[in-house]
Amino acid sequence: MIWEVFRQEKKGAAFAHAGSVSAPDAVFAEAFAHEQYGRRHESVALWVVPRDAIHEVNDFPDELLKTYHRVDGYSLKAKLKEARERAGTAAD
Amino acid sequence: MNESAFLEYVQSGGQVETGDWMPGDYRAKLIKFIEMHGNSELMGVLPEREWILRAPTLQRKLALTAKVQDEVGHSQLIYRVVEDLGKPREQCLADLISGKAKFHNVFHYPTKTWGDVGVIAWLVDAAAIISQKALLKCSYAPYARIMKKICWEESFHILHGRDVILTLMNGTGEQRELVQEAVTRWWGPLMQFHGNPIAKDEDPMYVWRIKSQGNEEARQQFLDGYVPQIWELGLTVPDPKLRKNDDGVWEYSEPDWGELKHVVTGHGPKTQERLDLRRRMLEQEAWVRTVVLAEAA
Repeated sequence: MIWEVFRQEKKGAAFAHAGSVSAPDAVFAEAFAHEQYGRRHESVALWVVPRDAIHEVNDFPDELLKTYHRVDGYSLKAKLKEARERAGTAAD
Repeated sequence: MNESAFLEYVQSGGQVETGDWMPGDYRAKLIKFIEMHGNSELMGVLPEREWILRAPTLQRKLALTAKVQDEVGHSQLIYRVVEDLGKPREQCLADLISGKAKFHNVFHYPTKTWGDVGVIAWLVDAAAIISQKALLKCSYAPYARIMKKICWEESFHILHGRDVILTLMNGTGEQRELVQEAVTRWWGPLMQFHGNPIAKDEDPMYVWRIKSQGNEEARQQFLDGYVPQIWELGLTVPDPKLRKNDDGVWEYSEPDWGELKHVVTGHGPKTQERLDLRRRMLEQEAWVRTVVLAEAA
């Protein structure tokens, strides 16, 4: 059975995928993950998850080009310039 | 995607995940290359394992044991990558002990003295790290990712090796002699290690961007990094032709490619003895796998 291992490098950090181990059950999987990804104190915590429990989603179509919910949908430079000129606060 | 689009994709720096489409030839080349790497990590612990009980101090025993654990761990990580590409670990091990699969030339030689242990950890690992760093940008992403962890652990091995060598060099005349003899013994295999100087554009491993540099580039990098380190300790290399030209390129005597081929096809001085040990261990520990798998089922 294959187990995916996620590790947290320090307290407060996000868990990131580290790799996988092959183990017959959770006890062995935890032991192998501990040796493989934590024995030099490079991790403060691990998540050990059966591969089958992971559902990958990798399709992100954007047919409607929804720029309005992203920062790159807002270009303020020209509008700000105009507004400053209107207010008489534009730098010379 | 077709094969030519795939080729263009990887050649422009694109990376591939396990579930992505890939040409059959690419998958086959990946399996062969990565499996050989896994075999080398697993067989590579044997020359050093022979010295754990004979290491001169407790500290050295512990460091050597840690290094052996690292290398076995690397082989486990690497066989996992091979498994996901479609070849089970059991099959890799079966092909290894039957002599069908290969492992690196340097692991077919004896570890005669403690000087050899130092030279292996220092120079053999240095040569290996140069090859491994060229895999950090591998077009097959799962392999590139585990190489990061592997390179991180290898950096301790090189320091450990240098420490062993420096301690010997600062010791007695007899100890210095031990190091010189080991460097002389290992020079030939080290020069063969990165393979024949095939042009990188003709090397399928480079064409598919499995590795990011050619064989000769790797050897030049090794010479440039380590020959000065060897010389500064007062050690010599058994090659009268070795020198750095004005254009920065190292000149050297032609490595013995016949020896390389002979050794990696199962005829090295220690090949059969070490494969026998692996066979015996697999047989001896078979009951553990049976019991554990039965209990888990």
